[in-house]
Amino acid sequence: MERIPILKMGRFLLVSIQVDMDDRTAMTLQDDLTERIVKDHAKGVLIDISSLDVVDSFIGRMLANTAAMARILDAETVVVGMQPSVAITLVELGLSLKGVRSALNIERGMELLQTMVHDESEHAHDDEE
Amino acid sequence: MPEETRTSELLRRHEQEVLSNWIRLQQQNLSLRNNLVKASDLEEQCRAFLRALLTTMEAGGGDVAGAAWSQAREILSDISRNRARQGFTPTETAMFVFSLKEPAFDVLRAEIRGDELAAAVWELTQVLDQLGLYTAETYQKGREEIINRQQQELMELSTPVVQLWRGVLALPLIGTLDSARTQVVMESLLQAIVDTGSSIAIIDITGVPVVDTLVAQHLLKTVAAARLMGADCIISGIRPQIAQTIVHLGVEINDVPTKATIADAFAVALSRIGLTVTRRAGGAEKATPPKPAATE
Amino acid sequence: MRTTTRSESLPVRSSAEVVSVRHLVRKWAVEIGFTLVEQTKIVTAASELARNMVDYGRGGTMTIELLEEDVRRGLRLIFEDHGPGIADVAAAMRDGFTTGFGMGLGLGGARRLSNEFELQTAPGQGTRVAITRWRGAA
Repeated sequence: MERIPILKMGRFLLVSIQVDMDDRTAMTLQDDLTERIVKDHAKGVLIDISSLDVVDSFIGRMLANTAAMARILDAETVVVGMQPSVAITLVELGLSLKGVRSALNIERGMELLQTMVHDESEHAHDDEE
Repeated sequence: MPEETRTSELLRRHEQEVLSNWIRLQQQNLSLRNNLVKASDLEEQCRAFLRALLTTMEAGGGDVAGAAWSQAREILSDISRNRARQGFTPTETAMFVFSLKEPAFDVLRAEIRGDELAAAVWELTQVLDQLGLYTAETYQKGREEIINRQQQELMELSTPVVQLWRGVLALPLIGTLDSARTQVVMESLLQAIVDTGSSIAIIDITGVPVVDTLVAQHLLKTVAAARLMGADCIISGIRPQIAQTIVHLGVEINDVPTKATIADAFAVALSRIGLTVTRRAGGAEKATPPKPAATE
Repeated sequence: MRTTTRSESLPVRSSAEVVSVRHLVRKWAVEIGFTLVEQTKIVTAASELARNMVDYGRGGTMTIELLEEDVRRGLRLIFEDHGPGIADVAAAMRDGFTTGFGMGLGLGGARRLSNEFELQTAPGQGTRVAITRWRGAA
Protein backbone atom coordinates (compact mmCIF):
# COMPACT_ATOMS: atom_id res chain seq x y z
CA MET A 1 0.00 0.00 0.00
CA GLU A 2 1.38 3.40 -0.90
CA ARG A 3 0.80 6.68 0.84
CA ILE A 4 -0.14 9.52 -1.48
CA PRO A 5 2.07 12.59 -0.80
CA ILE A 6 0.39 15.86 0.24
CA LEU A 7 2.14 19.14 -0.59
CA LYS A 8 1.63 22.44 1.19
CA MET A 9 1.37 25.47 -1.07
CA GLY A 10 0.78 28.60 1.00
CA ARG A 11 -2.63 28.23 2.60
CA PHE A 12 -3.55 25.32 0.38
CA LEU A 13 -2.82 21.62 0.23
CA LEU A 14 -2.13 19.93 -3.10
CA VAL A 15 -2.60 16.23 -3.75
CA SER A 16 -1.78 14.62 -7.05
CA ILE A 17 -3.19 11.10 -7.36
CA GLN A 18 -0.95 9.26 -9.79
CA VAL A 19 -1.66 5.65 -8.96
CA ASP A 20 -4.59 3.31 -9.28
CA MET A 21 -5.60 3.34 -5.61
CA ASP A 22 -7.01 0.36 -3.80
CA ASP A 23 -9.65 1.05 -1.19
CA ARG A 24 -7.23 1.19 1.70
CA THR A 25 -4.97 3.72 0.02
CA ALA A 26 -8.00 5.90 -0.69
CA MET A 27 -9.22 5.80 2.91
CA THR A 28 -5.72 6.57 4.18
CA LEU A 29 -5.57 9.58 1.87
CA GLN A 30 -8.89 10.82 3.21
CA ASP A 31 -7.60 10.51 6.80
CA ASP A 32 -4.25 12.12 5.99
CA LEU A 33 -5.94 15.08 4.28
CA THR A 34 -8.27 15.83 7.17
CA GLU A 35 -5.34 15.65 9.61
CA ARG A 36 -3.19 17.96 7.49
CA ILE A 37 -5.99 20.52 7.06
CA VAL A 38 -6.03 20.92 10.83
CA LYS A 39 -2.27 20.68 11.34
CA ASP A 40 -1.40 23.20 8.59
CA HIS A 41 -4.44 25.48 9.09
CA ALA A 42 -5.17 24.98 5.40
CA LYS A 43 -7.96 27.01 3.80
CA GLY A 44 -8.17 24.95 0.65
CA VAL A 45 -7.46 21.52 -0.83
CA LEU A 46 -6.64 20.89 -4.47
CA ILE A 47 -6.98 17.28 -5.66
CA ASP A 48 -5.45 16.56 -9.04
CA ILE A 49 -6.98 13.49 -10.67
CA SER A 50 -5.63 14.03 -14.18
CA SER A 51 -3.79 10.70 -14.03
CA LEU A 52 -6.84 8.69 -13.04
CA ASP A 53 -8.45 6.83 -15.92
CA VAL A 54 -11.05 5.22 -13.67
CA VAL A 55 -13.09 6.83 -10.92
CA ASP A 56 -15.65 4.42 -9.49
CA SER A 57 -18.28 5.03 -6.82
CA PHE A 58 -15.83 4.32 -4.00
CA ILE A 59 -13.33 6.93 -5.15
CA GLY A 60 -16.18 9.29 -5.96
CA ARG A 61 -17.51 8.88 -2.45
CA MET A 62 -14.03 9.46 -1.06
CA LEU A 63 -13.78 12.76 -2.95
CA ALA A 64 -17.24 13.89 -1.85
CA ASN A 65 -16.60 12.91 1.79
CA THR A 66 -13.23 14.65 1.77
CA ALA A 67 -14.85 17.84 0.53
CA ALA A 68 -17.58 17.63 3.16
CA MET A 69 -15.11 17.04 5.99
CA ALA A 70 -12.87 19.82 4.72
CA ARG A 71 -15.77 22.25 4.74
CA ILE A 72 -16.52 21.40 8.36
CA LEU A 73 -12.86 22.19 9.04
CA ASP A 74 -13.30 25.52 7.21
CA ALA A 75 -11.45 24.56 4.04
CA GLU A 76 -12.69 24.46 0.42
CA THR A 77 -11.96 21.59 -1.95
CA VAL A 78 -11.46 21.69 -5.72
CA VAL A 79 -10.96 18.62 -7.91
CA VAL A 80 -9.03 19.21 -11.13
CA GLY A 81 -8.10 17.39 -14.31
CA MET A 82 -10.94 14.92 -14.65
CA GLN A 83 -10.57 13.06 -17.96
CA PRO A 84 -13.52 13.27 -20.40
CA SER A 85 -14.19 9.52 -20.46
CA VAL A 86 -14.17 9.46 -16.66
CA ALA A 87 -16.64 12.37 -16.57
CA ILE A 88 -18.92 10.64 -19.07
CA THR A 89 -18.79 7.41 -17.07
CA LEU A 90 -19.50 9.14 -13.75
CA VAL A 91 -22.56 10.83 -15.21
CA GLU A 92 -23.78 7.48 -16.57
CA LEU A 93 -23.05 5.84 -13.21
CA GLY A 94 -25.24 8.46 -11.57
CA LEU A 95 -22.63 9.98 -9.31
CA SER A 96 -23.14 13.71 -8.95
CA LEU A 97 -20.18 14.54 -6.67
CA LYS A 98 -22.33 17.17 -5.04
CA GLY A 99 -20.41 19.66 -2.96
CA VAL A 100 -17.23 19.12 -4.95
CA ARG A 101 -16.12 22.06 -7.05
CA SER A 102 -14.09 21.31 -10.15
CA ALA A 103 -11.65 23.06 -12.44
CA LEU A 104 -9.84 22.10 -15.62
CA ASN A 105 -6.30 22.09 -14.26
CA ILE A 106 -4.12 22.97 -11.28
CA GLU A 107 -3.69 26.60 -12.36
CA ARG A 108 -7.43 27.21 -12.71
CA GLY A 109 -8.03 25.24 -9.54
CA MET A 110 -5.71 27.50 -7.58
CA GLU A 111 -7.44 30.59 -8.99
CA LEU A 112 -10.79 29.15 -7.98
CA LEU A 113 -9.59 28.41 -4.45
CA GLN A 114 -8.21 31.96 -4.13
CA THR A 115 -11.56 33.38 -5.20
CA MET A 116 -13.54 31.15 -2.88
CA VAL A 117 -11.33 31.89 0.11
CA HIS A 118 -11.19 35.61 -0.68
CA ASP A 119 -14.97 35.84 -1.03
CA GLU A 120 -15.37 34.17 2.32
CA SER A 121 -13.11 36.58 4.14
CA GLU A 122 -14.89 39.51 2.44
CA HIS A 123 -18.20 38.33 3.79
CA ALA A 124 -16.61 37.95 7.21
CA HIS A 125 -15.64 41.66 7.10
CA ASP A 126 -19.19 42.59 6.04
CA ASP A 127 -20.59 40.71 9.01
CA GLU A 128 -18.33 42.57 11.38
CA GLU A 129 -19.44 46.01 10.24
CA MET B 1 -29.75 -40.56 -50.65
CA PRO B 2 -29.66 -42.37 -53.96
CA GLU B 3 -31.16 -39.43 -55.89
CA GLU B 4 -28.50 -36.99 -54.74
CA THR B 5 -25.71 -39.45 -55.26
CA ARG B 6 -26.98 -40.14 -58.75
CA THR B 7 -27.21 -36.43 -59.50
CA SER B 8 -23.80 -35.61 -58.19
CA GLU B 9 -22.34 -38.65 -60.00
CA LEU B 10 -23.70 -37.40 -63.30
CA LEU B 11 -22.46 -33.89 -62.72
CA ARG B 12 -19.07 -35.20 -61.62
CA ARG B 13 -18.74 -37.09 -64.88
CA HIS B 14 -19.41 -33.90 -66.82
CA GLU B 15 -17.73 -31.57 -64.37
CA GLN B 16 -15.50 -29.78 -66.87
CA GLU B 17 -18.39 -29.21 -69.28
CA VAL B 18 -20.67 -27.85 -66.57
CA LEU B 19 -17.86 -25.64 -65.28
CA SER B 20 -16.99 -24.02 -68.60
CA ASN B 21 -20.64 -23.48 -69.53
CA TRP B 22 -21.34 -21.98 -66.15
CA ILE B 23 -18.38 -19.60 -66.38
CA ARG B 24 -19.35 -18.57 -69.88
CA LEU B 25 -22.95 -17.86 -68.80
CA GLN B 26 -21.79 -15.66 -65.94
CA GLN B 27 -19.40 -13.75 -68.11
CA GLN B 28 -22.26 -13.02 -70.48
CA ASN B 29 -24.42 -11.80 -67.59
CA LEU B 30 -21.61 -9.89 -65.99
CA SER B 31 -20.59 -8.36 -69.31
CA LEU B 32 -20.99 -4.87 -67.89
CA ARG B 33 -18.83 -5.66 -64.90
CA ASN B 34 -16.14 -7.74 -66.51
CA ASN B 35 -13.48 -5.36 -65.39
CA LEU B 36 -14.45 -5.90 -61.75
CA VAL B 37 -14.05 -9.64 -61.68
CA LYS B 38 -10.93 -11.03 -63.28
CA ALA B 39 -11.49 -14.03 -65.53
CA SER B 40 -8.98 -16.08 -63.55
CA ASP B 41 -10.66 -15.21 -60.25
CA LEU B 42 -14.10 -16.14 -61.56
CA GLU B 43 -12.79 -19.44 -62.83
CA GLU B 44 -11.20 -20.21 -59.48
CA GLN B 45 -14.37 -19.29 -57.57
CA CYS B 46 -16.55 -21.44 -59.82
CA ARG B 47 -14.20 -24.39 -59.69
CA ALA B 48 -13.96 -24.24 -55.90
CA PHE B 49 -17.70 -23.93 -55.40
CA LEU B 50 -18.60 -26.70 -57.85
CA ARG B 51 -16.10 -29.01 -56.20
CA ALA B 52 -17.48 -28.26 -52.72
CA LEU B 53 -21.04 -28.72 -54.01
CA LEU B 54 -20.39 -32.10 -55.56
CA THR B 55 -18.31 -33.38 -52.65
CA THR B 56 -20.99 -32.46 -50.13
CA MET B 57 -23.78 -33.92 -52.25
CA GLU B 58 -21.84 -37.16 -52.63
CA ALA B 59 -21.39 -37.32 -48.85
CA GLY B 60 -25.14 -37.12 -48.35
CA GLY B 61 -25.81 -33.37 -48.35
CA GLY B 62 -28.62 -32.66 -45.95
CA ASP B 63 -29.78 -29.30 -44.69
CA VAL B 64 -27.82 -26.47 -46.28
CA ALA B 65 -27.43 -24.80 -42.87
CA GLY B 66 -25.73 -27.90 -41.46
CA ALA B 67 -22.05 -28.63 -40.87
CA ALA B 68 -21.66 -30.66 -44.07
CA TRP B 69 -22.20 -27.56 -46.19
CA SER B 70 -19.83 -25.28 -44.23
CA GLN B 71 -17.13 -25.28 -46.88
CA ALA B 72 -19.58 -24.30 -49.62
CA ARG B 73 -21.04 -21.61 -47.39
CA GLU B 74 -17.60 -20.20 -46.65
CA ILE B 75 -16.79 -19.95 -50.36
CA LEU B 76 -20.10 -18.22 -51.00
CA SER B 77 -19.77 -15.79 -48.12
CA ASP B 78 -16.29 -14.75 -49.32
CA ILE B 79 -17.62 -14.18 -52.83
CA SER B 80 -20.64 -12.21 -51.67
CA ARG B 81 -18.60 -9.99 -49.34
CA ASN B 82 -16.21 -9.20 -52.18
CA ARG B 83 -19.03 -8.51 -54.61
CA ALA B 84 -20.75 -6.30 -52.02
CA ARG B 85 -17.60 -4.31 -51.60
CA GLN B 86 -17.21 -3.96 -55.34
CA GLY B 87 -20.75 -2.61 -55.68
CA PHE B 88 -22.57 -5.53 -57.28
CA THR B 89 -26.32 -5.77 -56.71
CA PRO B 90 -27.68 -8.58 -54.51
CA THR B 91 -29.26 -10.19 -57.59
CA GLU B 92 -26.02 -10.16 -59.54
CA THR B 93 -24.32 -11.75 -56.56
CA ALA B 94 -26.92 -14.46 -56.05
CA MET B 95 -26.83 -15.19 -59.77
CA PHE B 96 -23.45 -16.77 -59.12
CA VAL B 97 -25.33 -19.72 -57.67
CA PHE B 98 -28.55 -19.58 -59.70
CA SER B 99 -26.78 -19.48 -63.05
CA LEU B 100 -25.37 -22.94 -62.29
CA LYS B 101 -28.84 -24.42 -62.80
CA GLU B 102 -28.90 -24.15 -66.62
CA PRO B 103 -25.64 -26.00 -67.38
CA ALA B 104 -26.38 -28.57 -64.65
CA PHE B 105 -29.89 -29.28 -65.91
CA ASP B 106 -28.55 -29.59 -69.47
CA VAL B 107 -26.32 -32.46 -68.33
CA LEU B 108 -29.15 -34.16 -66.42
CA ARG B 109 -31.54 -33.83 -69.37
CA ALA B 110 -28.99 -35.50 -71.65
CA GLU B 111 -28.56 -38.48 -69.30
CA ILE B 112 -31.90 -39.30 -67.67
CA ARG B 113 -35.63 -39.18 -68.45
CA GLY B 114 -39.12 -38.88 -67.02
CA ASP B 115 -39.74 -39.19 -63.26
CA GLU B 116 -36.07 -39.75 -62.58
CA LEU B 117 -35.20 -36.48 -64.34
CA ALA B 118 -37.96 -34.64 -62.49
CA ALA B 119 -36.70 -35.90 -59.14
CA ALA B 120 -33.08 -35.03 -59.91
CA VAL B 121 -33.99 -31.52 -61.09
CA TRP B 122 -36.07 -30.97 -57.95
CA GLU B 123 -33.24 -32.18 -55.72
CA LEU B 124 -30.71 -29.87 -57.32
CA THR B 125 -33.12 -26.93 -57.41
CA GLN B 126 -33.70 -27.17 -53.65
CA VAL B 127 -30.00 -27.16 -52.87
CA LEU B 128 -29.11 -24.34 -55.24
CA ASP B 129 -32.07 -22.20 -54.17
CA GLN B 130 -31.04 -22.42 -50.53
CA LEU B 131 -27.42 -21.68 -51.33
CA GLY B 132 -28.46 -18.77 -53.54
CA LEU B 133 -30.55 -17.31 -50.71
CA TYR B 134 -27.64 -17.78 -48.32
CA THR B 135 -25.47 -15.80 -50.74
CA ALA B 136 -28.00 -12.97 -50.83
CA GLU B 137 -28.11 -12.93 -47.04
CA THR B 138 -24.36 -12.69 -46.52
CA TYR B 139 -24.30 -10.01 -49.20
CA GLN B 140 -26.78 -8.07 -47.08
CA LYS B 141 -24.62 -8.41 -43.97
CA GLY B 142 -21.58 -7.29 -45.95
CA ARG B 143 -23.39 -4.15 -47.09
CA GLU B 144 -24.48 -3.39 -43.54
CA GLU B 145 -20.90 -3.59 -42.32
CA ILE B 146 -19.83 -1.11 -44.98
CA ILE B 147 -22.68 1.26 -44.24
CA ASN B 148 -21.99 1.18 -40.52
CA ARG B 149 -18.34 1.93 -41.06
CA GLN B 150 -19.13 4.80 -43.41
CA GLN B 151 -21.62 6.24 -40.96
CA GLN B 152 -19.02 6.17 -38.23
CA GLU B 153 -16.50 7.97 -40.44
CA LEU B 154 -19.08 10.54 -41.48
CA MET B 155 -19.98 11.26 -37.89
CA GLU B 156 -16.38 11.79 -36.94
CA LEU B 157 -15.89 14.19 -39.83
CA SER B 158 -18.95 16.30 -39.13
CA THR B 159 -18.37 17.28 -35.53
CA PRO B 160 -17.06 20.81 -35.66
CA VAL B 161 -16.04 22.50 -32.44
CA VAL B 162 -15.21 26.16 -32.88
CA GLN B 163 -13.16 28.37 -30.59
CA LEU B 164 -14.93 31.72 -30.33
CA TRP B 165 -12.40 33.21 -27.95
CA ARG B 166 -9.65 32.02 -25.72
CA GLY B 167 -11.47 29.81 -23.26
CA VAL B 168 -14.84 29.84 -25.05
CA LEU B 169 -15.90 27.02 -27.36
CA ALA B 170 -18.97 26.74 -29.56
CA LEU B 171 -20.53 23.59 -30.93
CA PRO B 172 -23.05 24.45 -33.67
CA LEU B 173 -25.08 21.31 -34.20
CA ILE B 174 -26.71 20.89 -37.58
CA GLY B 175 -29.12 18.29 -38.85
CA THR B 176 -30.90 15.41 -37.24
CA LEU B 177 -29.29 14.09 -34.12
CA ASP B 178 -29.57 10.40 -33.51
CA SER B 179 -28.29 8.73 -30.40
CA ALA B 180 -25.03 7.53 -31.93
CA ARG B 181 -24.13 10.83 -33.56
CA THR B 182 -24.96 12.81 -30.44
CA GLN B 183 -22.58 10.70 -28.40
CA VAL B 184 -19.72 11.09 -30.86
CA VAL B 185 -20.30 14.83 -31.00
CA MET B 186 -20.45 15.18 -27.24
CA GLU B 187 -17.23 13.23 -26.76
CA SER B 188 -15.49 15.54 -29.24
CA LEU B 189 -16.73 18.57 -27.32
CA LEU B 190 -15.42 17.27 -24.01
CA GLN B 191 -12.06 16.43 -25.56
CA ALA B 192 -11.90 19.90 -27.14
CA ILE B 193 -12.54 21.42 -23.71
CA VAL B 194 -9.45 19.65 -22.40
CA ASP B 195 -7.33 20.36 -25.49
CA THR B 196 -8.09 24.10 -25.53
CA GLY B 197 -8.40 24.58 -21.78
CA SER B 198 -11.78 26.21 -22.27
CA SER B 199 -14.04 26.87 -19.32
CA ILE B 200 -17.19 27.65 -21.31
CA ALA B 201 -18.86 25.69 -24.10
CA ILE B 202 -21.82 27.00 -26.06
CA ILE B 203 -23.96 24.23 -27.55
CA ASP B 204 -26.09 25.74 -30.29
CA ILE B 205 -29.05 23.73 -31.55
CA THR B 206 -30.52 26.28 -33.98
CA GLY B 207 -29.88 23.86 -36.84
CA VAL B 208 -31.48 20.87 -35.15
CA PRO B 209 -35.07 20.38 -36.35
CA VAL B 210 -36.15 17.77 -33.81
CA VAL B 211 -35.08 17.02 -30.26
CA ASP B 212 -36.47 13.88 -28.66
CA THR B 213 -36.04 12.59 -25.11
CA LEU B 214 -32.93 10.62 -25.93
CA VAL B 215 -31.16 13.55 -27.54
CA ALA B 216 -32.24 15.90 -24.74
CA GLN B 217 -30.86 13.44 -22.19
CA HIS B 218 -27.56 13.17 -24.05
CA LEU B 219 -27.30 16.96 -24.09
CA LEU B 220 -27.91 17.13 -20.37
CA LYS B 221 -25.42 14.33 -19.71
CA THR B 222 -22.81 16.24 -21.69
CA VAL B 223 -23.49 19.39 -19.67
CA ALA B 224 -23.14 17.36 -16.46
CA ALA B 225 -19.90 15.77 -17.65
CA ALA B 226 -18.45 19.14 -18.64
CA ARG B 227 -19.33 20.49 -15.21
CA LEU B 228 -17.53 17.59 -13.54
CA MET B 229 -14.49 18.51 -15.59
CA GLY B 230 -14.68 22.15 -14.56
CA ALA B 231 -16.34 23.74 -17.58
CA ASP B 232 -19.80 25.29 -17.88
CA CYS B 233 -22.17 24.93 -20.81
CA ILE B 234 -24.72 27.30 -22.26
CA ILE B 235 -27.34 25.93 -24.63
CA SER B 236 -28.45 28.36 -27.33
CA GLY B 237 -30.80 28.34 -30.27
CA ILE B 238 -33.76 26.66 -28.63
CA ARG B 239 -36.72 27.28 -30.88
CA PRO B 240 -40.28 27.50 -29.54
CA GLN B 241 -41.20 24.01 -30.76
CA ILE B 242 -38.18 22.49 -29.06
CA ALA B 243 -38.94 24.38 -25.84
CA GLN B 244 -42.43 22.87 -25.95
CA THR B 245 -41.06 19.38 -26.54
CA ILE B 246 -38.64 19.70 -23.64
CA VAL B 247 -41.39 20.79 -21.25
CA HIS B 248 -43.77 18.07 -22.48
CA LEU B 249 -41.13 15.40 -22.12
CA GLY B 250 -40.51 16.58 -18.58
CA VAL B 251 -36.77 16.90 -19.15
CA GLU B 252 -35.03 18.66 -16.26
CA ILE B 253 -33.25 21.51 -17.96
CA ASN B 254 -33.64 24.03 -15.14
CA ASP B 255 -30.09 24.42 -13.98
CA VAL B 256 -28.60 24.74 -17.44
CA PRO B 257 -28.38 28.31 -18.73
CA THR B 258 -30.10 28.77 -22.06
CA LYS B 259 -30.02 31.65 -24.52
CA ALA B 260 -31.95 32.32 -27.71
CA THR B 261 -28.94 32.88 -29.97
CA ILE B 262 -25.22 32.10 -30.08
CA ALA B 263 -24.61 35.86 -29.93
CA ASP B 264 -26.45 36.16 -26.63
CA ALA B 265 -24.65 33.10 -25.29
CA PHE B 266 -21.30 34.53 -26.38
CA ALA B 267 -22.00 37.78 -24.53
CA VAL B 268 -22.74 35.81 -21.36
CA ALA B 269 -19.62 33.71 -21.85
CA LEU B 270 -17.41 36.79 -22.21
CA SER B 271 -18.70 38.38 -19.04
CA ARG B 272 -18.25 35.07 -17.20
CA ILE B 273 -14.57 35.04 -18.05
CA GLY B 274 -14.28 38.68 -17.05
CA LEU B 275 -14.29 40.42 -20.41
CA THR B 276 -16.45 43.19 -21.84
CA VAL B 277 -16.73 44.63 -25.33
CA THR B 278 -16.27 48.42 -25.52
CA ARG B 279 -16.45 50.92 -28.35
CA ARG B 280 -13.12 52.19 -29.71
CA ALA B 281 -12.37 55.82 -28.94
CA GLY B 282 -11.46 56.39 -32.59
CA GLY B 283 -14.70 54.94 -33.96
CA ALA B 284 -15.05 52.17 -36.53
CA GLU B 285 -11.93 51.09 -38.38
CA LYS B 286 -12.10 52.03 -42.08
CA ALA B 287 -11.65 49.15 -44.47
CA THR B 288 -8.44 49.65 -46.49
CA PRO B 289 -8.88 49.22 -50.28
CA PRO B 290 -6.90 46.29 -51.74
CA LYS B 291 -3.51 47.28 -53.10
CA PRO B 292 -3.40 47.30 -56.95
CA ALA B 293 -1.63 44.25 -58.36
CA ALA B 294 1.98 44.91 -59.38
CA THR B 295 2.21 45.33 -63.14
CA GLU B 296 4.67 43.13 -64.99
CA MET C 1 -25.42 -17.31 -32.84
CA ARG C 2 -23.28 -16.24 -29.94
CA THR C 3 -19.95 -17.97 -29.24
CA THR C 4 -17.25 -17.54 -26.62
CA THR C 5 -13.86 -17.56 -28.25
CA ARG C 6 -11.62 -16.93 -25.26
CA SER C 7 -11.94 -16.68 -21.51
CA GLU C 8 -9.91 -16.11 -18.36
CA SER C 9 -10.74 -16.36 -14.65
CA LEU C 10 -9.43 -14.49 -11.64
CA PRO C 11 -10.02 -14.88 -7.91
CA VAL C 12 -11.29 -11.69 -6.25
CA ARG C 13 -10.96 -11.77 -2.48
CA SER C 14 -9.31 -8.53 -1.42
CA SER C 15 -9.29 -4.88 -2.33
CA ALA C 16 -5.85 -5.32 -3.91
CA GLU C 17 -7.41 -7.90 -6.22
CA VAL C 18 -10.11 -5.39 -7.15
CA VAL C 19 -7.28 -3.33 -8.63
CA SER C 20 -6.09 -6.41 -10.54
CA VAL C 21 -9.62 -6.80 -11.90
CA ARG C 22 -9.51 -3.24 -13.26
CA HIS C 23 -6.18 -3.86 -14.95
CA LEU C 24 -7.20 -7.17 -16.49
CA VAL C 25 -10.50 -5.83 -17.81
CA ARG C 26 -8.70 -2.80 -19.23
CA LYS C 27 -6.23 -5.08 -21.00
CA TRP C 28 -9.01 -7.13 -22.61
CA ALA C 29 -11.03 -4.03 -23.48
CA VAL C 30 -8.05 -2.50 -25.28
CA GLU C 31 -7.39 -5.76 -27.11
CA ILE C 32 -10.93 -6.09 -28.35
CA GLY C 33 -10.79 -2.55 -29.71
CA PHE C 34 -13.16 -0.67 -27.39
CA THR C 35 -13.05 3.13 -27.61
CA LEU C 36 -11.66 4.96 -24.58
CA VAL C 37 -15.16 5.70 -23.29
CA GLU C 38 -16.26 2.08 -23.76
CA GLN C 39 -13.15 0.90 -21.90
CA THR C 40 -13.75 3.26 -19.01
CA LYS C 41 -17.37 2.20 -18.70
CA ILE C 42 -16.66 -1.51 -18.52
CA VAL C 43 -13.65 -1.13 -16.23
CA THR C 44 -15.70 1.04 -13.88
CA ALA C 45 -18.60 -1.42 -13.90
CA ALA C 46 -16.16 -4.25 -13.18
CA SER C 47 -14.69 -2.29 -10.28
CA GLU C 48 -18.15 -1.82 -8.77
CA LEU C 49 -19.07 -5.48 -9.05
CA ALA C 50 -15.68 -6.75 -7.89
CA ARG C 51 -15.87 -4.57 -4.82
CA ASN C 52 -19.40 -5.76 -4.07
CA MET C 53 -18.11 -9.30 -4.21
CA VAL C 54 -15.29 -8.56 -1.75
CA ASP C 55 -17.35 -6.43 0.63
CA TYR C 56 -20.62 -8.39 0.67
CA GLY C 57 -20.01 -11.72 -1.06
CA ARG C 58 -17.03 -12.81 1.00
CA GLY C 59 -14.96 -12.88 -2.15
CA GLY C 60 -15.47 -14.83 -5.35
CA THR C 61 -14.33 -15.27 -8.93
CA MET C 62 -14.47 -13.12 -12.02
CA THR C 63 -14.46 -14.67 -15.48
CA ILE C 64 -13.87 -12.64 -18.64
CA GLU C 65 -15.21 -13.97 -21.92
CA LEU C 66 -14.68 -12.71 -25.45
CA LEU C 67 -17.95 -13.02 -27.35
CA GLU C 68 -18.65 -13.15 -31.07
CA GLU C 69 -22.12 -12.86 -32.56
CA ASP C 70 -22.45 -12.51 -36.35
CA VAL C 71 -20.23 -9.54 -37.08
CA ARG C 72 -20.07 -7.99 -33.62
CA ARG C 73 -17.60 -8.63 -30.82
CA GLY C 74 -18.08 -8.06 -27.12
CA LEU C 75 -16.81 -8.75 -23.62
CA ARG C 76 -18.75 -10.50 -20.92
CA LEU C 77 -17.72 -10.39 -17.29
CA ILE C 78 -19.17 -12.87 -14.81
CA PHE C 79 -18.87 -12.26 -11.08
CA GLU C 80 -19.70 -15.25 -8.96
CA ASP C 81 -19.57 -15.64 -5.18
CA HIS C 82 -20.84 -18.10 -2.57
CA GLY C 83 -21.72 -15.45 -0.06
CA PRO C 84 -25.02 -14.75 1.67
CA GLY C 85 -26.85 -13.78 -1.53
CA ILE C 86 -29.16 -10.82 -1.89
CA ALA C 87 -32.49 -11.01 -0.12
CA ASP C 88 -34.21 -7.97 -1.65
CA VAL C 89 -33.07 -7.59 -5.25
CA ALA C 90 -35.29 -4.63 -6.09
CA ALA C 91 -33.90 -2.67 -3.19
CA ALA C 92 -30.33 -3.65 -4.07
CA MET C 93 -30.78 -2.42 -7.63
CA ARG C 94 -32.13 0.90 -6.44
CA ASP C 95 -29.53 3.66 -6.13
CA GLY C 96 -28.61 4.61 -2.63
CA PHE C 97 -29.28 1.18 -1.16
CA THR C 98 -26.57 -0.27 1.00
CA THR C 99 -26.36 -2.41 4.10
CA GLY C 100 -22.92 -1.11 4.84
CA PHE C 101 -20.99 2.10 4.49
CA GLY C 102 -21.39 4.05 1.32
CA MET C 103 -23.70 5.21 -1.43
CA GLY C 104 -24.67 1.84 -2.84
CA LEU C 105 -24.49 2.51 -6.56
CA GLY C 106 -22.81 -0.79 -7.38
CA LEU C 107 -25.48 -2.93 -9.03
CA GLY C 108 -27.61 -0.20 -10.56
CA GLY C 109 -24.53 1.63 -11.76
CA ALA C 110 -22.95 -1.45 -13.31
CA ARG C 111 -26.19 -2.12 -15.16
CA ARG C 112 -26.34 1.43 -16.51
CA LEU C 113 -22.77 1.14 -17.74
CA SER C 114 -23.38 -2.12 -19.59
CA ASN C 115 -25.35 -3.24 -22.64
CA GLU C 116 -26.58 -6.45 -20.99
CA PHE C 117 -27.03 -7.29 -17.32
CA GLU C 118 -27.98 -10.56 -15.62
CA LEU C 119 -28.38 -11.19 -11.93
CA GLN C 120 -28.97 -14.53 -10.21
CA THR C 121 -29.11 -14.63 -6.46
CA ALA C 122 -30.98 -16.05 -3.50
CA PRO C 123 -30.45 -15.82 0.24
CA GLY C 124 -27.86 -18.41 1.28
CA GLN C 125 -27.11 -19.32 -2.33
CA GLY C 126 -24.54 -16.78 -3.38
CA THR C 127 -24.72 -14.28 -6.21
CA ARG C 128 -23.89 -14.33 -9.90
CA VAL C 129 -23.79 -11.12 -11.92
CA ALA C 130 -22.97 -11.05 -15.62
CA ILE C 131 -22.46 -7.88 -17.65
CA THR C 132 -21.82 -7.59 -21.38
CA ARG C 133 -20.59 -4.73 -23.53
CA TRP C 134 -20.52 -4.90 -27.32
CA ARG C 135 -18.07 -2.99 -29.44
CA GLY C 136 -19.65 0.00 -31.11
CA ALA C 137 -22.76 -0.06 -28.92
CA ALA C 138 -23.81 3.05 -26.97
